[in-house]
Amino acid sequence: MDSIIESFSKALSLILSLNRELWGIILLSIEVSGTALVAATILGLPVSALLGFKKFPLRGMIITALNTFMGLPPVVVGLLIYLLLSRSGPLGFLALLYTPTAMIIAQTILAFPIVASLSHSAIVSVDPIIRQASMTLGATPFQISLAIIREARYGIISAVIAGLGRVMAEVGAILIVGGNIAGFTRVMTTTIAMETDKGNFELALALGIILLMISLLINLALYFIQKRGVEGVNR
Amino acid sequence: MRLGIEVSNITKKYNGDPILRNCSFSFKTPGVYILTGPNGCGKSTFLRISSLIEPPDSGMVSFFSDGNPVPADLQLRRRITLVLPKVGVFNTTVFKNIAYGLKIRGIHRREVEEKVNRALEFVRLSHKKDQNGLTLSSGETQRLGIARALVIEPEILFLDEPTASVDQKNSLIIEEIILTMKKENGPTVIMTTHDQGQAKRLADTLLVIRDGVLSAGGDQK
Repeated sequence: MDSIIESFSKALSLILSLNRELWGIILLSIEVSGTALVAATILGLPVSALLGFKKFPLRGMIITALNTFMGLPPVVVGLLIYLLLSRSGPLGFLALLYTPTAMIIAQTILAFPIVASLSHSAIVSVDPIIRQASMTLGATPFQISLAIIREARYGIISAVIAGLGRVMAEVGAILIVGGNIAGFTRVMTTTIAMETDKGNFELALALGIILLMISLLINLALYFIQKRGVEGVNR
Repeated sequence: MRLGIEVSNITKKYNGDPILRNCSFSFKTPGVYILTGPNGCGKSTFLRISSLIEPPDSGMVSFFSDGNPVPADLQLRRRITLVLPKVGVFNTTVFKNIAYGLKIRGIHRREVEEKVNRALEFVRLSHKKDQNGLTLSSGETQRLGIARALVIEPEILFLDEPTASVDQKNSLIIEEIILTMKKENGPTVIMTTHDQGQAKRLADTLLVIRDGVLSAGGDQK
């Protein structure tokens, strides 16, 4: 018990001392996960809109696939990206393995189904009367789609935040494709795993506390966004 | 010149049951047309078909201006509008709800503000303009729907049971709004109601639908 308390107090002093290594790891984590989330959102939103507004063959299968991929095991994604990017793999010539770019690709693949699938659900949940109301006011099909997306905005923001939660907490894929290289591909989750193995609990705990704080902030944001959306609908 | 509608031999079936049978009417002159009849007689369907929201199974809806036919394209759809019984309020302020039709037409911000404020005043909702539209009472919601339609200055305004789910106070306000529009040479109003008294109070021309058949109930002027 004493060692846990001691580790905690050392972790807190590490955070408060603005340790350079610690903050380097935090900033890289935010950079990798942030970029992956932006990429997943840029790819996911048009897909969700297409699935929400257009009827086409295989649409149902794509929706089912997206829902399935929401639970993709990160290590499997990491393994597949590794095989693609390894020197003998089809994309080996790009020399991306063990770089932040490879980590961003892996996290984008993990976040994309979440953003696309949850945004699609938000779009199809919009009351059909909104489509008719826009139509009666003289909106073009594109303007009608925009009106529906605007009505689904709280659900879409929740989808993006859920995607962020997924990538920030992820360790398996980025460990495989990033290699956990100090000062280059070492991020919070991979550092926690490594430092725990080494028995260096202070740094692991310090990062764990920060990760928890980030997760708390994400969930608080999600709570307030959803609350605002629900209040708007229920009032 | 004012837009007119010619509805010819419209038929519509839902799940095999005929809702409208060979309905024809010509809305040539401006004024208030009231379509009445018992619940489920096909009034709303007739309105939705006439306002181009829904296609008929057979028959035709054609628009004309100055005796010339007007093609049923986006330009025409922007000269008419329908206020649905369930208004379809956007999850934003009352002001932005009303401004929507103007914004999608690319109207300048200052003009939008002027027109929306005028419409708000007309339907007596100025004090609610910064409130979320979803927080309004059902009567206020109907007035919001009317303001949102009027602000785009339609030549034909279709109103589907605007007072069906509102209290008496709001019903009277809506009637006053329609009578003011009539007095100020506003748009041609084609409205459904099952309230016979209201029909008589508002109508220039009364139409009746019974068992899917449309008949003219007479000129009320």
